[in-house]
Amino acid sequence: MKILVCVKRVPFTGGKMVLAPDRKALETRHLGFTISPHEECGVEEAVRIIEAGSGESVVLTLGPAEAVEQLRDAMALGIDRAIHLQTDGSEWDGESTAAAIVDAIRSEEASGPFDLIFFGNESADACGFQVGIRVARELGRPCVTGLKGVKVEGPSIRCEQDTGAGRDVYVLPLPAVVTVKEGLNLPRYPSVPGRMRAARKPVVTSSPAGPEQNLGLVELSVPGGPGRQTKLLGSRPSAAPVVVEMLREIGVA
Amino acid sequence: MNVLVLTEDGEPSEQALTLARSWGGTVHSLRMDAITPFAPDAIATILQRAAGDLKPMAVFAAGTDRGNDVMARLAARTGLPFAANVVAAEPGDPVKVTRQRWGGSLLEDATLRGSPTLVTVAPYSVRITEGAAPAELDASRYVEQLDPRDMLVQVREHIDPPGGGVSLAEARVVVSGGRGVGSKEGFAIIEELAGLLGARVGCSRVVTSAGWRPHTDQVGQTGTKISPDLYIACGISGATQHMAGCKGAKKILAINADPEAPIMSLADYSVVGDLKEVVPAISAEIRKRQ
Repeated sequence: MKILVCVKRVPFTGGKMVLAPDRKALETRHLGFTISPHEECGVEEAVRIIEAGSGESVVLTLGPAEAVEQLRDAMALGIDRAIHLQTDGSEWDGESTAAAIVDAIRSEEASGPFDLIFFGNESADACGFQVGIRVARELGRPCVTGLKGVKVEGPSIRCEQDTGAGRDVYVLPLPAVVTVKEGLNLPRYPSVPGRMRAARKPVVTSSPAGPEQNLGLVELSVPGGPGRQTKLLGSRPSAAPVVVEMLREIGVA
Repeated sequence: MNVLVLTEDGEPSEQALTLARSWGGTVHSLRMDAITPFAPDAIATILQRAAGDLKPMAVFAAGTDRGNDVMARLAARTGLPFAANVVAAEPGDPVKVTRQRWGGSLLEDATLRGSPTLVTVAPYSVRITEGAAPAELDASRYVEQLDPRDMLVQVREHIDPPGGGVSLAEARVVVSGGRGVGSKEGFAIIEELAGLLGARVGCSRVVTSAGWRPHTDQVGQTGTKISPDLYIACGISGATQHMAGCKGAKKILAINADPEAPIMSLADYSVVGDLKEVVPAISAEIRKRQ
């Protein structure tokens, strides 16, 4: 098996969304960064599939120079090598992102096709819901989205999608593209030897041209509206009778 | 002038129809279940052919799992841009949209080029207004023209959810624990209170990442979005990732040892104190009054 996992570098947001002065991005000076959560599960799944069989796993990201940190994180978990499509950090819409990834996959596949390509169902920050589907269409491969279960069964893959009322099952022939959601698995933590190995694994970097954006960011805002007025019911266990009164008032106890 | 809406059962499609009507054309609809079991490429093909016939200004769908999936497929086929989970969309050149990022914790004003305009409408984000029923398309002639390749991706089987009880998304009361619970075993007191209130147990992302609870219990942007009558958040700080999942609750009670935790000013009611003492005290008080 040859597996590709596409990931995105996103900030860890805390209790409050703070915008940069130009209102085109989050203020990230005080934030850490991570692989977008759904994609962490894609990385874990790819590593498990290769561990259980044989082959090679590759991680790809489109993002700024610093996104190499997320590529190293993925390699620390067991991914073999990385492809970095480096940008100046500006926003790329779903169409442009998919086009650059398709180009990278095509040149990579000169040495043999990927049997399976993982994407996150949507990125945590932009929430575009489209890059994996666009890539699949361009490559002419079947795609199922939002998976909470995948199992490679010979020349095909069984895919389970959470519908909120159970699971829908699809079976796709390989090669295929799947988009996954958090809950697919419980990603492992990187080990120290894993991190040391990751530092020596190869990263191939290129800088695709940024095409015109058809979905163009103008400005971000934090949703307002009337917030909740907080009523302090008390402190410590002595608050219990007041809490239960409140539960009765709103009809839940 | 026409607009085309891909509809499903449920409220999110009413919101998509509301926004579609505001564009002022004749509203046509295609049902997501025109093909059963669900086959997303087939629906996208039908939608593309219907759009070819109707020449709509815009194609709308609900920002549900299936709505976003099929609209992205339509965008990929037609080579058009697509804006997911808009809360507003104004016709024009370019079209101006406001859309949700970070699961709704942030809004983005954006311009959207291309014709027709392709958008999904964020569920529960638009006030529904009544209007004329859409003209429902007869999908049968499009179904006849489908290619077998359109049916490659189709639901083969459905697995029912494990045994009984209401789902987290539908629960009337949810009692959640966060990092403050401290361990898997620590959830015993959360379960006890939930049991007394007939509630479902939930948790934050920290808890599922630590393996204390299954991911199916997670409330948040990457977990389940809930809208109960009451949400009780115990030892949860209230990070934006979590609030994106519980902001639909009618009332929120936060129990936290840290009075400065963000959730303590985002909730309707707060109790400052160690959940390990406060939660059992609430359970005892409920028992006492039974």
